[in-house]
Amino acid sequence: MSTISQAEVPAGATGGRESVAYVRGNLRFFLNELRLVFFRRRNQLLLLVVVLFPLLIGIGLKLAAPASHGGEGGGGGPASGGAAFFNQLAGNGVFLTFIALSLLLILVLPVVISVISGDSVAGEAGYGTLRYLLTVPAGRTRLLAVKYLAIVVWAVTATVIVSAVALIVGVILFPVGPVTLLSGTTVSLGTGLVRVLLVTLYVCAAMAALGAIGLAVSTFTEHAIGAIAAVMILVVASEVVDQIPQFATVAPYLPTHWWNSFDSLLRMPVDTTTLWHGLLSFGVYAAVFCAIAWARFTSGDVTS
Amino acid sequence: MTAEALAISSEGLTKRFGGQLAVDHIDLAVPRGAVYGFLGPNGSGKTTTIRMLLGLAYPTSGTAQLLGVPMPEGTVSVLSRVGSLVEGPAFYAYLSGWDNLARYDAADRSASSKSAAARIGQALERVGLTAAARKRYRNYSLGMKQRLAIAVGLLRPRELIILDEPTNGLDPQGTREVRALVRQIAADGITVFVSSHLLAEVEQVCSHVGVMRGGKLVFQGSLPELRHTGAARITVVTADVAVAAKVFGKLGLADPSQGEDTITAEIGDAEPEVICAELVHAGVGVRGLSVESPSLEDLFVGLTGEGFDVDH
Repeated sequence: MSTISQAEVPAGATGGRESVAYVRGNLRFFLNELRLVFFRRRNQLLLLVVVLFPLLIGIGLKLAAPASHGGEGGGGGPASGGAAFFNQLAGNGVFLTFIALSLLLILVLPVVISVISGDSVAGEAGYGTLRYLLTVPAGRTRLLAVKYLAIVVWAVTATVIVSAVALIVGVILFPVGPVTLLSGTTVSLGTGLVRVLLVTLYVCAAMAALGAIGLAVSTFTEHAIGAIAAVMILVVASEVVDQIPQFATVAPYLPTHWWNSFDSLLRMPVDTTTLWHGLLSFGVYAAVFCAIAWARFTSGDVTS
Repeated sequence: MTAEALAISSEGLTKRFGGQLAVDHIDLAVPRGAVYGFLGPNGSGKTTTIRMLLGLAYPTSGTAQLLGVPMPEGTVSVLSRVGSLVEGPAFYAYLSGWDNLARYDAADRSASSKSAAARIGQALERVGLTAAARKRYRNYSLGMKQRLAIAVGLLRPRELIILDEPTNGLDPQGTREVRALVRQIAADGITVFVSSHLLAEVEQVCSHVGVMRGGKLVFQGSLPELRHTGAARITVVTADVAVAAKVFGKLGLADPSQGEDTITAEIGDAEPEVICAELVHAGVGVRGLSVESPSLEDLFVGLTGEGFDVDH
């Protein structure tokens, strides 16, 4: 009989070598989780969808462009963020990123995030692999941390793909030059691209917060489809309530309320108050739902 | 026996689901180096007990120790020394056998990444799946799936292996393979705790048994101890049953019962030779004499009651 040596046991990571091994061990688990997420056929198809949407939106708008050209922009009351971008697109391809993000934020990106986050723990429980991971032992808190980090990487990847594809398609199909912002100010192309990056990061934060909600829901069931559906219903319900004027008082607290506020970045001066409100909302949602996921996952019996 | 000498111990371990007691104050004592058969019908609380031992479920009351470490508090520190198979194999259908093992190996924080390939290769070889390492799990046969699950338990050097129903659903060939594997693991000095509702499986490989019934541990001890709980009986075939009964009475044999041309009684400490001599001395024409211990199966049915699923 052989027993493992003491060095292999991460006893609070006392020595330097042990803490290196500790970090390496966690990194290996994390990379394995990423591999599992990104190499799964279903997930690759989701990414393909995320690639196709900006492409189709770009082509569609290009085909429709002559008709809408010269339309009375800014008329007819307060145009929504999306409508404002559309008028700018004819003048600058960079705007396709903002259009694509605001359109995909309605449903496609939330679906793509919900699938991965809702599946994260519930999927393992449903397969029965959860009990093996925990008896390996992976450690409950550690497993949850790896799951959430992988969800964040997934959310960032999906969002960046939307931005990148939209930017490339926009540059190919539409004229590119100095960017005229929604406030009418014209900035250089470089500054415009920085704005694209900031907007993308903002949406990444929004999707990472949604991922925390999905993770929390996922810890309550062993039916991945149920968890995914629950997150989607939550998103749609939040979007609907957000549209009803009578609920204006609760609107700022809704998880989806601040998603489209990135259009503040497309004005001069930038309305930072709104942005910070949005980021605060995402941060609170992420923290609260990660805490719920942790409380549930570390205290509940694994019965699958 | 001291706690250090026990691979698994529990005191008053209890699990209540709603109003129902799934596990009712059980005191397990599994000596190190033993092959411990954890027997009981389906639904007698075996799997729930194992889940509590492995820190998957939390006890309602009572305590449990694995290798002397209290559970579930010691889950992370002790489980790397314990291999387990709980309630059948569970893997990612779209990954190969190798990638599945790599997944679980990567989850083990105490495993070094440098030796991962060697560990996985060895585990697969030990369960005879080297040739199928690159095959997708969904294309594995049931026996292969079961063996892959055991391979997870063998990824690291272990001191204790816990196998929950390892032959469930296997054909006789697969059952033999698993049994051989259990013997091999035990031969390496590793304590094996194997649950089963199959008597035959346990009888052939185990040194100790624990028997569950309705959430209670109704027997625990070595296999010989279990055999001793059933009294051996002597059976004499003769035409002179009445005379033989008198001899039995003189010898003080308990619980005699007479048939048309047979008489049986508990043999107790008496020697069969002596009984035979006494019978012949009394003029009984002995046509046949036999001493039989109750089969383990009879003992189990006695312990677990009707409905004990011994046949399949």
